[in-house]
Amino acid sequence: MTLEQILFYLFAFGGVVSALLVVTRRNPIISAIYLIANFFCLAGIYLTLHAQFIAVVQILVYAGAIMVLFVFVIMLLNLGDERSLRDGFSWKKVVAGGFSFGVLMELVYIFMIPSAPQTIEMTRATDIGTVEAIGHVLFTQFLFPFEVTSLLLTAAIVGAIVLAKKNLD
Amino acid sequence: MIHLHFYLILSAIMFIIGAVGVVARRNAIIVFMSIELMLNSVNLTFVAFSAFLGDATGQVFVFFVMTVAAAEAAVGLAIVIALFRRKRTVNLDEINIMKW
Repeated sequence: MTLEQILFYLFAFGGVVSALLVVTRRNPIISAIYLIANFFCLAGIYLTLHAQFIAVVQILVYAGAIMVLFVFVIMLLNLGDERSLRDGFSWKKVVAGGFSFGVLMELVYIFMIPSAPQTIEMTRATDIGTVEAIGHVLFTQFLFPFEVTSLLLTAAIVGAIVLAKKNLD
Repeated sequence: MIHLHFYLILSAIMFIIGAVGVVARRNAIIVFMSIELMLNSVNLTFVAFSAFLGDATGQVFVFFVMTVAAAEAAVGLAIVIALFRRKRTVNLDEINIMKW
């Protein structure tokens, strides 16, 4: 077991366990904390794939901005362990779990079919994961989507403010 | 050397966990967090393929997915705040005025 394999299994186990804990906790703050832990595990997995830029951006944007937004909203709405929010046991959840397990088994089967030569190696991964390589592709080949995302973010800012502000009438 | 299959199976597991969270939970904030979990699993698939095929396009697409996820989280939480101001609850079972 090389160090790379040990790190991958460690982060993968952490990611799956924290994902399970996100969807099963009653208190939304606890779910948010486990989601932050999941994002950190995913950043570690991105580092095993030599995707340095994406790993750092994941922690900055997801764990640093989106989850802070979630935690602010949970604190603003003062959501706790209220009785009305308690999801009880119901047969719908069992059926949902059963179907999801079926879909998961299908996906695993599809991924395990040896359809291509099994020896796909990461030969150029260290070259393309750097900031220079991604910046080069982003600002030449994907320039138009890049500009469109700035428009999208402006629309999101305006929309969020309009939806969430108090009506002054 | 971790084979590509392991990354894809991990991504599938996280996607299914997120999907179960969206379907089986009634708290709107937890549903949003499960959606973020699904988006992250797709990001992992993109980055895994990008590393194994030697193409930077996958990682650039992950960049765009993160941008869209941030915008969607902001607007979605603004909607939840507006809803809470009206109905004092985030329980999705009680937000049913469009049901016939």
